[in-house]
Formats: sequence, structure tokens, C-alpha cells
Amino acid sequence: MTPLMSDYALEVINLKKAFGGLSVIQDVSLAIRPGERRLIIGPNGAGKTTLFNQISGDMRPNSGQIKLFGTDVTQFAPYTRAHFGLSRTYQIITLFSDDTLEHNVTLGLLGLRPSRWQMWRPLSFYGDLATEAHRVLDAVGLLHLAEHPVSDIAYGERRRVELAMALAQKPRVLLLDEPLAGLSNTERSTVKSLIASIPRQTTVIMIEHDMDTALDLAETVTLLNYGRVIVDGDRDAVIADERTREVYLGV
Amino acid sequence: MKWIASALLVISLFLLPSFAGDFYINLASQILIAAIFALSLNLLVGYGGMTSLGHASYLGVAAYISALLTSRYGFGHGPAAVISIAGTTAMAAFFGVIALRATGLGFLMITLALSQVLWGLAYRMSNVTNGDNGIAGLTRPMPFGISLDSAASFYWFALVVASFAYLMMAIFVSSSFGSSLKGVRDQPRRMAALGFNPWMIRWITFIYAGFWGGVSGLLYVYYNKYIHPTSLSTTSSAEALLGVIAGGSGTLGGPVVGAALVLLLKNYASAYIERWNMLLGLVFLFIVLVMPTGIVPGLSRLATGLRRGSR
Amino acid sequence: MQFWIIQGLNSLSLGGLLFLLSSGFSLIFGLMRLANLTHGAFFMLGTYFGAIALRSFDGLNIWVTALGAGIAVAAIGGLFERLVLTRLKTNPLGQVLVTLGMSFIISDACLLLWGGDSIPVPTPQNLQSPTRVLGFVFPTYRLVLVGCAIGAAVMLYFLLERTRLGAMIRAGVDDGQMARAVGIPVSNLFTVVFCLGAGIAGAGGVLGGPILSAYPGLDADMLPLALIVVILGGIGSLLGAFIGSFIIGFIYTFGTALFPELAYIILFLPMIFVIAFRPQGLFGRVGA
Repeated sequence: MTPLMSDYALEVINLKKAFGGLSVIQDVSLAIRPGERRLIIGPNGAGKTTLFNQISGDMRPNSGQIKLFGTDVTQFAPYTRAHFGLSRTYQIITLFSDDTLEHNVTLGLLGLRPSRWQMWRPLSFYGDLATEAHRVLDAVGLLHLAEHPVSDIAYGERRRVELAMALAQKPRVLLLDEPLAGLSNTERSTVKSLIASIPRQTTVIMIEHDMDTALDLAETVTLLNYGRVIVDGDRDAVIADERTREVYLGV
Repeated sequence: MKWIASALLVISLFLLPSFAGDFYINLASQILIAAIFALSLNLLVGYGGMTSLGHASYLGVAAYISALLTSRYGFGHGPAAVISIAGTTAMAAFFGVIALRATGLGFLMITLALSQVLWGLAYRMSNVTNGDNGIAGLTRPMPFGISLDSAASFYWFALVVASFAYLMMAIFVSSSFGSSLKGVRDQPRRMAALGFNPWMIRWITFIYAGFWGGVSGLLYVYYNKYIHPTSLSTTSSAEALLGVIAGGSGTLGGPVVGAALVLLLKNYASAYIERWNMLLGLVFLFIVLVMPTGIVPGLSRLATGLRRGSR
Repeated sequence: MQFWIIQGLNSLSLGGLLFLLSSGFSLIFGLMRLANLTHGAFFMLGTYFGAIALRSFDGLNIWVTALGAGIAVAAIGGLFERLVLTRLKTNPLGQVLVTLGMSFIISDACLLLWGGDSIPVPTPQNLQSPTRVLGFVFPTYRLVLVGCAIGAAVMLYFLLERTRLGAMIRAGVDDGQMARAVGIPVSNLFTVVFCLGAGIAGAGGVLGGPILSAYPGLDADMLPLALIVVILGGIGSLLGAFIGSFIIGFIYTFGTALFPELAYIILFLPMIFVIAFRPQGLFGRVGA
């Protein structure tokens, strides 16, 4: 599946999503370049997570398009988009809590490989999967906990596992949904430096409420409110913009 | 250590006919058949997280096809078995597409409705299935010319098939596909985001479970030399489900233990109590209220607790 | 022509009975997210109560009997809900299994108490003479059954849409957590709805007696029909249960009359179509 080359890693074109009578996304368009670090901000209910759900395919829009590297993926199922290089983390951590960290990461690695359909050989047969899983866990500083079940480890460590799983597949576009939520100060700086060290081959789009930390990581910012894009552009320009202050302070 | 224990178990199972009478050997054969049936259901319930109340369909359809082909259309047992399993597996593929339009309770209701329809058909289409009279006077196959009519010879045949079935299913659940199945059971959305196709994984498992259900159906009709619509009934599906849940659905050993218990209970209880169904219902209530995860996990937890010493 | 009229009326009366059966099932599923597999047994229990009562006491009014049986079955249902189902709040699979177990207990209890023979139920005396309309003859009791179903539908509609209890039930169906948060006693509501559903089924069982008779296996015959009605009509939708009941009533009656051996397949087909093209049923909401 060689995708077409395009100027943009991710394009969202005139997206609309309504639940019954409630219009959550009124008309959102985005254009994000490869390697960009985009932060999406906005008050609660602005439609940020719903937007992510449309991009990842967990929900279908009422109208509009989503393009990954020029290919229209609007009708693609979530798992197909994963094969297109899309990866995401969730607001609520959804790891396999009874399984070990190693197994969690292994599943993350297995998802894009043909060997996931193998019904014959035990998973342990794939030595390269185990090696790679260890490397991934090491990169987030959790190799020493590899044999522990996820239910045993701390919340901040689980966030790192989630991040590790998302990065393990070397995605081309990574969606991070509130990666810093609920973390203590030390955990926050650990995760922040992890996000900062993501290679440029991965385009990073982040939703975050903790602006102090997140703004450091962002190059461009999009402000959403009531399902519309209010301001969109370079970080400093958006912060200085009058409309940003309006949205947050209601002035 | 585990391998030695398993080998010893298999050897002692093979030696059973040398120290037990026909009654017990036949009972053991029935347990083996029930075990395969329960194991196949557990692929869906325990490993796939899909609770089905219609699994008896696969046992019953395979049994009926074999019965009809051999008794009415003069097929040999070999071709009849092949057609029977092929037909049952195809039916599983078809039913799977319908049932997997839903998950959870919707799935349960659809599997129940589908199996009830089959049961109704078996009752009503008397000119094909003989309705309430069932089909009797059937024969057992003669693999490689060996007769299976004696209790011991049928038992060994069933033991070989059951061991093979157990082995195949053990391989299946520990394979990468098996891991993806368990992943879809636990976190389907996450699995989809990681690149797995949850529907396809469930559907393939559904078909595989139907396949082994059909295998148990063949053994069932060979053993009994008779087939009746009751084997397609909800009670039959429920007994298997009870066995899986009572034994412990998260493991391979659990369903075997559970199936054995349900069968033994049924055999002994029906000697004293006329109303087996009522007892079954009460046992259901008891197990669900008191031992929801099942006997095998309960026992293994007990063993772990004893090993760690009292706290 | 008479054939079509008779079958048409039979369809309507079966549809009416199915509504009495499945409205409770749909309500219970909609509010409690519980597939109550005991529902067929509740219906059958009502039929047996009615059969025994009407045959033992000459001149007993069928309406009174239906009410009495409804209350009795509702009480049994309520005990079951309070003693067993409430303990299984966190185990939805367990809930389904115990309802299955309960259905086995009830059906075997009926066998034990009243034997294996089918017990016919007499049609009430004042409804025995046929009605003549436009030169056609209709069995009166069947007409009355349709009226009952419509009456029950109207009452349920009124209950759900116009009373406080109904508003609480609808809130619970839409969003259980939120309903609890605003102080609606959801767990008591569950008991009320379960009793209501069981009671309607029990009363329906009595009214169905003259047509179906009380026999072992009635529960196993009725439950899949209720399932198909609810799958077709949509879960939690009263209108869906109403329309679905009559559609299935027609399909089943004409199917059995014209192609007796294939009646079950004919029932099966609309269910497949609905599941394939509109899994939430005709009137249900997505994501039940």
C-alpha cells in the first residue's frame, strides 16, 4: 500500500458530526504537514476528542473528508487506518490490564504484521517480537517492569506503556489524546521529554488541557470552540490572538 | 513438570478399560464427547468473549447429516463424515455473519433464536428428520476396518479424537491468532486501533468453534447410534454453557472438568430425581451466585494461596 | 375467501398475544439491559394458572383470572429479581444464565405439578358465540384478544409517556447513570419494571389459554417468538414491539397454514433481513 505523496500528512476537510440534534463538529478543516507538532486546544465540549474519533475512524462523520498523505480514508475502518500509519492514544487508558507489559507491547507490534493471522505457532516463537518489545520498553524506561502485569504498575507508568505501544509501530501520524492527564509533576516531565524525543518521521497531533507543558511541545496550535476552528496557526500567533483570550476568558 | 503430568494422565486414560467395567467406560466416552463440545464452546465464550446459547446447533446438525446420509442415502461413514463436517462448518460461517452483527446480549439472543429455529425444523420436518421419533438404528464407522461396537474400542477412538481436539485447540489459543482473539475480547477498540480486524477475528473463531462442535456431534451420533431433536435444544446448549462456566471459562482444563461434572450429575441425578431440568436450573443459579469464575480457577487460586502460606 | 379472513384474524390474535408477551421483554431489556430468558416461562405459568383456575371454578371470569395470574406471576418475578438478579449487577452474563436457569426451574415445576398432558382452556361462555359482520363469521374471542392487546398498548403508552413513573423509566432507559445521579431510585425501578413485564406476560398467558392450551414446552415455543419480535421491532421500543408482534403474527400464521414444515424458516427470514440491514430493529435505538 504505497500512499500518494502529498503536501500534507493529515487533512480534515469540512468535517461535520452531529449526535441526534446536537451538532458537535460544525465545520472543521485542518491541514497538517509531515513532521509537524500540532496542539489542539479548546474548552470542554469543544469537540476535540470527537474530532480525534473521526480521524481515527472510531466514528463516522455526517459529511466531510479525512485524508492521510493524500489518500481519502473517510470510509476506512480504524484497523485499516492503522495500516496506513495512523496511531493514537486515548483519554482513558485502555491497556490489557491482566497481561504483562511485554505482552501489551507485543500485541501492539503484532497488529501490523501478517503473522497476526498465524493459528499454528505459539506467540513465543517470534523471538524478534520479544526483542523489539524489550527495546520499546527500554526506550520509555520501563524495561525493568516488562514481566509485571499492567494492573501492578502506577498510572504514570501506564501512560508511558500506552505511548510506547503507539510509537512501537513507528507511525507516520500520531494522535495523542490528553497524554499528560492525571500525571504527577515528575511523571509529567518524563512523558513530556518522551514526546519531545519522537522522531520527525512521525507527525504529532496532541489534545491537551495542561497548556503550560503542552505549549512547549507545540509548533502550531488550533483552537476549537463549539465544534468550529476559531484560530489556527503558529503557536505564538495563536496565543497572542484576541480570539483565544475571548474563548477562554469569555471576554 | 506439566508435560510429565499430562503424559501420565493420557497414559492412565488409555489404560482405563483394563480396570473398569463397561458402564464406566461408556461413561468416560460420554465425558470425552461432552469435553470436546464444551472446549469448542469455550473458544467462543472464554477466549473470544462471545457467549452463545446456540452451540448445540453444530452438534445436532453434524449428527443429523451423518445419520441421514448413512441410514437413508447409503453413504459410507467416511464420505458422510466429511460432508457432515463441511456442512456444519459452512453453516457456522453463515450463522456467524448473522450473529456477529451484534455483540454481547444481542449476539446471545441471535444465537438462541437461530438454534431454536433449527430445533423447530428438526421437530416439524418429520418426513426428513423423523420429528419427535428421532432417527434410530444407526451404525458406528469402522476406521481402518476396526469395529467400534465394543465399549472399549469406541472409548479409545473417542480418546484419540478428544486428545487431538484438545491439542489443536491448545495450539490455537496460544498462537498469535489466539493472542489477538483474547485481545479483541478484552479491548476491541484498542485492538482495532492497533491494526487488528476484530470482526474477522471473531468470525474465524466462530467458524472454528462450529467445526469442533460438529466433530463432537459426529462422535455423539456414533456413540448413541441415535439422534433426536432434543440434542439441538436450548437445554443442550445450556448444559454445555453450564459446563464451561462451572469449570472455568478462562482455561482449557476448566471446560473439560465442568463438562465431566455436568454429565456425571445428569447421570446420577436422573436415577433419583425425575426432573433433571429443575436441578440444572438450580445448579445454574448456585454456580453463578456462588462461584462465578468457575471451579478450576477457584481451585488454582486455592492452590496458590496454600503455596504462599496463610496470611 | 373465508380462509384468508380466518387466517387474517388468527394472525391478529396471535399478534396480540405476542405483544402481551414481548412488551414486557422489551421493557426489561430496554431498562435493565437484561435478556430475560425466563419470559416464556412467565407466560406459560400464567397459562397454567388460568387453565387450572378456569377448569376448577365454573363461571370464573377470565378477566379476573388474568389479573390474578398477572399479580401472582409478577410477585414471583419480583422475588426472583430481588433475591437473585440484584446480586448480579456486575455480571450481565450471569444474569442471563440465571434467567435461563429459572426458566428451567419453572418449566419443570409445571411438569411436576400438572403433568405432561396438554390442558385445554375453555373459552369464556359469553364470548363463545361467533360474531357476524358483513356476512362473515368471526370467532369472537379472537377479536377480543386483539382488543386486549390494543388496550394494553394504550395503557403502557399512557404509563410511559404520561406518568411520573414512566418518565423515570424512560430516563433510566436513556441513561442509567445520569438517572441515578439525579436521584431516581433506579434499583427499585428495576424491580417495578421486572414485575410489570412478568405480570403482563402472566396475564397474557391466561388470555392465550383458550387458543394455545397449557402444555409443557409452551415456554420454549413462545420465547424465540418474543426474541424475534424484539429483534425485529427494536429493543426498548414499545411501538417496535407492537408492530413487530403483528408482523410476526401474520408471518407465523400464514406460514404455518401454507407451508407447515417451513414455518420456522419463514420466521427466520425477516429476522435475517433486519439483522443484516438494520441491526437496531425497526424502531430501536443504535447501541442498545
